[in-house]
Amino acid sequence: YPWTRQYSTSQTTVDSSEIKTFLTLAHKWWDEQGAYAPLHSMNDLRVPFIRDNLLKTVANHQPGKPLSGMKILDVGCGGGLLTEPLGRLGASVIGIDPVDENIKTAQHHKSFDPVLDKKIEYRVCSLEEIMEETTETFDAVVASEVVEHVLNLETFIQCCYQVLKPGGSLFITTINKTQLSYVLGIVFAEQIAGIVPKGTHTWEKFVSPEKLESILESNGLSVQIVAGMLYNPFSGCWHWTENTSLNYAAYAVKSSDQENPVSAELVLKGETEELQAEASTNPNVHEKL
Amino acid sequence: MAAWLLGSRCGGAASRRAPLGSCRWWSDASADTVYDVVVSGGGLVGAAMACALGYDIHFHDKKILLLEAGPKKVMEKLPETYSNRVSSISPGSATLLSSFGAWDHICNMRYRAFRRMQVWDACSEALIMFDKDNLDDMGYIVENDVIMHALTKQLEAVSDRVTVLYRSKAVSYTWPYPFPMADSSPWVHITLGDGSTLQTKLLIGADGHNSGVRQAAGIQNVSWNYDQSAVVATLHLSEATENNVAWQRFLPSGPIALLPLSDTLSSLVWSTSHKHAAELVSMDEEEFVDAINSAFWSDANHTEFINSAGSMLQYAFAFLKPTKVSARQLPPSVARIDDKSRVLFPLGLGHAAEYVRPRLALIGDAAHRVHPLAGQGVNMGFGDVSSLRQHLSIAAFNGQDLGSMSHLTGYETDRQRHNTALLAATDLLKRLYSTRATPLVLLRTWGLQATNAVSPL
Repeated sequence: YPWTRQYSTSQTTVDSSEIKTFLTLAHKWWDEQGAYAPLHSMNDLRVPFIRDNLLKTVANHQPGKPLSGMKILDVGCGGGLLTEPLGRLGASVIGIDPVDENIKTAQHHKSFDPVLDKKIEYRVCSLEEIMEETTETFDAVVASEVVEHVLNLETFIQCCYQVLKPGGSLFITTINKTQLSYVLGIVFAEQIAGIVPKGTHTWEKFVSPEKLESILESNGLSVQIVAGMLYNPFSGCWHWTENTSLNYAAYAVKSSDQENPVSAELVLKGETEELQAEASTNPNVHEKL
Repeated sequence: MAAWLLGSRCGGAASRRAPLGSCRWWSDASADTVYDVVVSGGGLVGAAMACALGYDIHFHDKKILLLEAGPKKVMEKLPETYSNRVSSISPGSATLLSSFGAWDHICNMRYRAFRRMQVWDACSEALIMFDKDNLDDMGYIVENDVIMHALTKQLEAVSDRVTVLYRSKAVSYTWPYPFPMADSSPWVHITLGDGSTLQTKLLIGADGHNSGVRQAAGIQNVSWNYDQSAVVATLHLSEATENNVAWQRFLPSGPIALLPLSDTLSSLVWSTSHKHAAELVSMDEEEFVDAINSAFWSDANHTEFINSAGSMLQYAFAFLKPTKVSARQLPPSVARIDDKSRVLFPLGLGHAAEYVRPRLALIGDAAHRVHPLAGQGVNMGFGDVSSLRQHLSIAAFNGQDLGSMSHLTGYETDRQRHNTALLAATDLLKRLYSTRATPLVLLRTWGLQATNAVSPL
């Protein structure tokens, strides 16, 4: 590659092992035609999905920066593929990811755009940590291609609920747990065609829309939309579809009043509040839920 | 197989786009403004592009820069004499111009609508008459200076969004790497003649058929020079007339066109051999006027054979479709010309192999250069503006990186499809009508007659 030749002759003060990791990373996330290409093209669906549903919640918006004034949390932001468009639309976004390298890539990529740099903040942490570290709440939480990777879905959804403002929006995109999603999503996409890097997904952790809906509803999040998404590997484009047996998106809204509607969850909430109270009195104690 | 699938998804695009010119290692990120869009070239098409983006609702908070090498053209008052450089503006182009308020200025200055177009052969009686049902306006003849003034005025009105730098010529461009590299700037860097530099997320090349942007990007350009030059002049008609018809006659040496400017004035565009063009420009006024009138009126190129063959087909049509037979009309005769309005310029064809690269798009003559015989040149450019504006507007509303190939290739596909067809057709017509050879004359005679009789134009 011509650029590696150029590099070795001009830069000698930078740590070469850091650069090496950097090179492979940057290459992966932000190469629109590379390994993450399907995630780049998924923006054609998920950005309008988030944007249009958020716009419905406001009376009028600024032309040019439709999401200005909104605070969004992008959970599992990876290299910032979805975080950046949301920032460009005027929202103040916090992107979090547990993988240090991902945040480094995301941080580096946005640093070149002075406007974007100010709108987005990246942190290496989990959703639980955000919940503990800050009392700020968000107009929207985005968890795209994330819930199929979490340890405990119920807990995850509860944390989302906690960090949302009353009336706030939750946007999820994920993969259904069906025979079809095994055949196409794992066998074909990962093992045969390499559309998704091998080992990315575990079929057992896929979530059906019915299960997701029931968890959302039982945690005070009213489901507004569930829509199927279909990827065409030949055109590289995503399309909305009626069929949710593969990929799908969900949009739910936190109830506008503070009370948690379902009693079974009051116990858990009580625990959470206790822990939060403890945390505030003992700042050095970090309790994990 | 995985690699093949990934590659084929983009139609091999990933491998087709070779790394651009010289990539530069930008180790110190300067705190310069990063423009969202820089348009290089402030001619009719470049200025229209800057306007279209400046007035687009999704570009409200974006920073746009227009670079023009020449000085700002100020028109205090509309001059009485008409300029000899005019363009035939299609209704589609007029719609674009009115979308950002420029058409209103043009209407307040001057323009001429035409409702009919007669196109005929010098070697036969065959003709084709174009008009719209209800005799709607087919197009508008507008002086280029008038269009430019309207665009400049509209640009001034959005100066908070669009900055125009006059007397600024880009001397070099630095392209970004195809994908992010540690510490290398992802933007396009432009160095101006005075040494200052700019950064932009998207560079639009609107710098004419010898485009510096296109050359710097190393984009291949298919081009050839026609062995023709066009002579333009402003003509005074012998007598005032309604003058709402555009006339074009195909002479063996090239097409001659008379475009209406006012009741008493018309604009001439005469494409002919370099030698003949030079003669026309240097001969005295009377001779020139005679040459024009004779070019339109003379039947010297008719032959008995072609006349009979043509008449035969004409009778057939008269029998089958009596209403669709057009009698050949003659254009108004010319009395004299405007002093100093006679000018010539060479003609050629050009087409860029690619209209887009990452963070780069070509529009107007930078992407395609066409023969004036169809009056399409600037309309194709305005069509590019319309298409690119639409793609960029949607991209901006989706929060996308403006320089991303995903929507730039959409623009390229749209326009290449349209422009290539038009370029090829225009070129074919030019070649078809450049001959006296009987078989081809017969072919085009019958073809023209048939088209006139059959198609609902």
